[in-house]
Amino acid sequence: MNLSFHQMADPMSQFEVKKLFELQIGGIDLSFTNAAFYMLLGVSLIIVFFGLAASRGKLIPSRSQSIAEIGYGFVANMVRSTAGEEGLKFFPFVFTLFFFVFFANMIGMVPYAFTTTSHIVVTGALALLVISIVIIYGLYKNGLKFFKLFAPSGAPFFIYLILVPIEVISFIARPVTLALRLFANMLAGHIMLKLFATFAAQLFAAALAGTALLGVVGVLAFAMGIAINALELLVAGLQAYIFAILTCVYLNDALHPSH
Amino acid sequence: MNFLSLAAPAANGEAAGGASFPPFDPWHFPSQLFWLAILFGILYLALSRFILPKLGGVIENREDTIADSLDEAARLNEQSKEAKQQQDLALAEARGKARDTADKAREKVEAEIAAETAKVDADLGERLAEAEARIQTLRTNAMSNVEQIATSATQAMLGRLGVTVTEADARQAVARNTQQEG
Repeated sequence: MNLSFHQMADPMSQFEVKKLFELQIGGIDLSFTNAAFYMLLGVSLIIVFFGLAASRGKLIPSRSQSIAEIGYGFVANMVRSTAGEEGLKFFPFVFTLFFFVFFANMIGMVPYAFTTTSHIVVTGALALLVISIVIIYGLYKNGLKFFKLFAPSGAPFFIYLILVPIEVISFIARPVTLALRLFANMLAGHIMLKLFATFAAQLFAAALAGTALLGVVGVLAFAMGIAINALELLVAGLQAYIFAILTCVYLNDALHPSH
Repeated sequence: MNFLSLAAPAANGEAAGGASFPPFDPWHFPSQLFWLAILFGILYLALSRFILPKLGGVIENREDTIADSLDEAARLNEQSKEAKQQQDLALAEARGKARDTADKAREKVEAEIAAETAKVDADLGERLAEAEARIQTLRTNAMSNVEQIATSATQAMLGRLGVTVTEADARQAVARNTQQEG
């Protein structure tokens, strides 16, 4: 009881990475952790859900197949509307990215589950992957014209002196903001959830111990916790969407650098 | 109070790192990156190679089927319109034919009726004339008979009275008297 109470009281304990299986390769610790487990869970759920929908592939879809197809259409439209028809070659990548983040965020909303996207390593790696693809594909397709991205045509020469550094900085900021936005949202949201939940629990405990008035505050804290839960559910979906659509926007720059 | 312990530092039970902010604790970075690379890679391969093409195919197949069905429906609609037009045409033709037939039949019947009437009229006139002629002869016969009877009756009556008259005289007397009356 006392131990669980301590765990409850610490809002950061939910982000702790714990080893489930030891694994060392070349002196590097690659243990299978709870983070890896929840990542595996999300990936498995995506493969099972969309795999079932695709393998059944009925002409008149069942409910779950319909949802899978809506997901397909949603991402396809997102890619098409922001990066154009040429952007559709990145459709599988954006689809993978969106549902990887979406499932990670949603699994994180289940109490006691681990949120893989609440770790800067994960979001940072994904953001670096996106920006690497943008740079490599941009250079491969456009050659040096890719750098027109930093110098939009039609401005007077002296403007470029200011414009180019700004564009370069904003480009460098992209992976950083992409990673931080998702990471910070997930982290802050889950800390808030945990704080309000433990706050309510402790207030109820105090009310039961005799300080009845604290029970009223406890009800307020509990209500607030529910409200934040709803908000976090929205944020979980929204952040996945933002991550995916910004990826599309950046890919569009690689496809059409001269705006 | 109990809830103030919220602000207390994290429990120091676990020895793993002991950092107060787990996301910045570097011990698990390699492991996280390793499993992320593997799992994200597997997910990407599974989706891009197998699942998404199949799902896209299913959706495309459905769209094709719907488009085909719509085309088929439009074609059938066109066909039914054509058939209706043809039927209307056939109906109009049949109606015209029926009217013709009816007209012809009526004309024929009318002609037959006229012919029959004419024949019957002619027959009737003939028979009337015949009858009239017969009546005439009967009347003249009767009249001559009446004269004969009157003559012989006159002769007979006068004979009873004791006067003998010749037949010619009697006839003369009868003719005189009947002509006076008639």
